[in-house]
Amino acid sequence: MKFAIALFAPPHAPSARRALRFAQAVLAGGHEITRLFFYQDGVHSGSHNVVTPQDELDLSAEWREFVREQQLDGVICIAAALRRGVLSSEEAERHSRPAANLAPDWELSGLGQLHEAMQLADRTICFGGH
Amino acid sequence: MAKSLLLISRQAPWSGPGAREALDIALAGGAFDLPLAMLFLDDGVLQLTQAQQPAQLQQKDLTANLQALPMFGVEALYACNRSLFERGVDSGALNLPVELLDEHGLSALLQRYDLVITL
Repeated sequence: MKFAIALFAPPHAPSARRALRFAQAVLAGGHEITRLFFYQDGVHSGSHNVVTPQDELDLSAEWREFVREQQLDGVICIAAALRRGVLSSEEAERHSRPAANLAPDWELSGLGQLHEAMQLADRTICFGGH
Repeated sequence: MAKSLLLISRQAPWSGPGAREALDIALAGGAFDLPLAMLFLDDGVLQLTQAQQPAQLQQKDLTANLQALPMFGVEALYACNRSLFERGVDSGALNLPVELLDEHGLSALLQRYDLVITL
């Protein structure tokens, strides 16, 4: 079965951890992930600048590793990311900001990517909505 | 056939970008001609009140964006009657043409859509 996974909560929220564990379980169970889409405060999980204490779970790092190893389509909403200061080098340059912090495993794009993923997947699972 | 989406908006317009970001999902879906509906539930019904003064909070008015929904082909608009009543919002004076739903209407609505996002 094909799953689209949407995350709306920040990396320190329990639902962000559940989203990652669910995504890992999807692949472990022999299913496919059509796309990961991070929106609202979920965009912070795409930041390369999240620093957690050494003895705590570094969720952003785990996401990066997961997306890279599994070669997943990981999309972060560009409008939500800009609003929260998660910038690719192109966006940092475009908006004259001093640094980029989007991890290279992610792509910034629009909400059309969420709709497309929901249409292509058999199931859409959302984490961290209200 | 395209999967249908019900978007449930539960945030007050002044509570941060949540209400606007929920609306943006609907507008983006409308632009792709996807079958979708929007339900205003809990504090989300406060988006529907008239004569809001967001400038007092240095915020932009969401009302004009909400009114763009029908232009984007999103005409299935619903509000929870109980949420309006609990917050003292006059259901006869809303800024969008929404259909009011009671508990039975809400559960029937949820059954009708393939996908549900709650924000």
